[in-house]
Amino acid sequence: MTAPLRAPVQPTVAAATSTARGDDPGRDAHDPAARRERSPERRRPLAVRIITTVLLLACAVVFTYPFLWLLSASLKPRGEVFDNRLLPETLTFENYLDVWQEAPMLLWLGNTLLVTVLAAVTVTVSSALVAWGFAYFRFRGRGALFALVLATMMLPGAVTMIPTFLIWNSLGAVNTLTPLWAGNLFGSAFYIFLLRQFFLGLPREIFEAARVDGANNWRIFWQIAMPLTRPALVVTLIFEFQTAWTDLMRPLIYLRDSDKFTIPRGLKSLLDQFGFGGEWHWEIVITASVLTTIPMIVLFFLAQRHFVEGVATTGTKG
Amino acid sequence: MPTGTTDRRTTTRPALRRARRRDARAALLFLSPWLLGFAIFTAWPVLYSGYLSLTDYDVLNDPSFVGLDNYRELFEDPKVTLALRNTFFYVAVQVPLYVLVSLALALLLNTASRRSAGFFRTVFYLPNMTPPVAVGVLLLLVFNGQNGLINELLGAIGIDGPAWTTDPDWVKPAIILTSLWSTGSSVIILFAALRNVPQELYDAARVDGANAWQRLVRITVPMISPALFFVFVVNTIAAFQTFTEAYTAFFGSGNTTYSNDAALFYAIYLFQQAFEFLNMGYASAMAWVLFVIIMVITAIQLLVSRRLVYLEGDQ
Repeated sequence: MTAPLRAPVQPTVAAATSTARGDDPGRDAHDPAARRERSPERRRPLAVRIITTVLLLACAVVFTYPFLWLLSASLKPRGEVFDNRLLPETLTFENYLDVWQEAPMLLWLGNTLLVTVLAAVTVTVSSALVAWGFAYFRFRGRGALFALVLATMMLPGAVTMIPTFLIWNSLGAVNTLTPLWAGNLFGSAFYIFLLRQFFLGLPREIFEAARVDGANNWRIFWQIAMPLTRPALVVTLIFEFQTAWTDLMRPLIYLRDSDKFTIPRGLKSLLDQFGFGGEWHWEIVITASVLTTIPMIVLFFLAQRHFVEGVATTGTKG
Repeated sequence: MPTGTTDRRTTTRPALRRARRRDARAALLFLSPWLLGFAIFTAWPVLYSGYLSLTDYDVLNDPSFVGLDNYRELFEDPKVTLALRNTFFYVAVQVPLYVLVSLALALLLNTASRRSAGFFRTVFYLPNMTPPVAVGVLLLLVFNGQNGLINELLGAIGIDGPAWTTDPDWVKPAIILTSLWSTGSSVIILFAALRNVPQELYDAARVDGANAWQRLVRITVPMISPALFFVFVVNTIAAFQTFTEAYTAFFGSGNTTYSNDAALFYAIYLFQQAFEFLNMGYASAMAWVLFVIIMVITAIQLLVSRRLVYLEGDQ
């Protein structure tokens, strides 16, 4: 199932052409770190180094400030929310108590966690299966079939969105959490591409040796190939975790009752009610925004190396 | 493909054919999730949405065939025209800006020492972790015309900032500026490409007396052109489908009171037609028009890239 297009992790055309050219997948394994040592940074004049450092710091402030602003605003009383101070004049945790009163935040967080875990686990296992099918076995039409996998990534989500809704509707799954993750049981093109690249980089001799020792296809895949692919599996897990956690469009389409909402959908309803809806309780909206974002920040700090490497690979493979 | 070559040398042809057939059966098992998913969630939906685009369908009653009426209607719908104009404006301004800012940040990162580059790279990626809904909320707050952070900063240097979130002329600029906040992933991709440019090229250019600007234009940009092109294409496709931030900030149940025409992007209008007005046939026709537009634009980009993108070993 095609995930909604997210700019960073959609590969495509470029990636497809690279595979078509038959690039050695191991090529990117060379770490450019060695080259880096010879970089000219030491030869740069002090003035230039100071300027670039100041610029970098300024950019870092721009990139972090909005979030800090949000965090700080969530700790201010209603009347001071818009004072734009970085440090609250009056520090209060009242908003965090109120938000649980105003909305079933815990329920929304629980729903989101459930969807997210199911989405990430199912897409990782199913995509790995398919990727292994493409990486290890040789059969007629493999190239064409794989090109088809890549081609599905080009398809805008809008084209399949309505019939997909009709499928879940006819199964009575509208207003349940199922449509938000169950499509992942069938793998996702981008992750199939990513994992296949990784599988191709593993030395084939290992698997031939295992076969000689009597291991069947399933064991070769599950007990030998999968453990060796851990880094790519982690990248898949965390990317999908993020995709599922932050998705708004599918919850908008499928979820009707407030007790079924995921946290982004819930946040949107709070914005509609307390932001525009005439009630003007922005501190509630702000605090809910912080609660929606915090788990992603935590995830990022737990797995930042994987995020950065995962994103970097999507580009260089292309 | 690196695989397969060794076999051909060591096995006889009938044995190879047998092995291939065995492989094909096993492969089929491994591929079955995708094959099934492709049939149910891609192939059938594509065909069915093509059919729906020729019908009037509101989910409750059976689709009734209307031929090309939806497409005809679509070209006369002022809201479609508006949505297309908004979307093309967004793509034309946001994508080049996004790529330029990403490139500038990647170049800046490339001047830093290895350790601090790692740190700043992490910081630049952080906004990408913020859920788009929360980004939509932030947009409304930070760009608020009366007491938003942006206008306060502008005020500090003597500029009277516009009413970003309510003035139709400033809504799209606000959305575009907000989108630049999440350049982090493109920065990482371009930075990785920059680190792969061989240092020898710069050394040689320096010997020949090339200045920093010449080195950037003649060496850096051509050498990372595949990555630049990748970022460009991917972001173009994404920009045509932009939805969440603008929808969060300017649409939804509580927000019918004021006109939000300036933020009506194509994907938003399509969503409204499909799931708010239940015009599934009309929305399907809209989806196909979008698909064709994206295909044409991507094809043009691919053609242009043949001339502009440098691939090592190709020429």
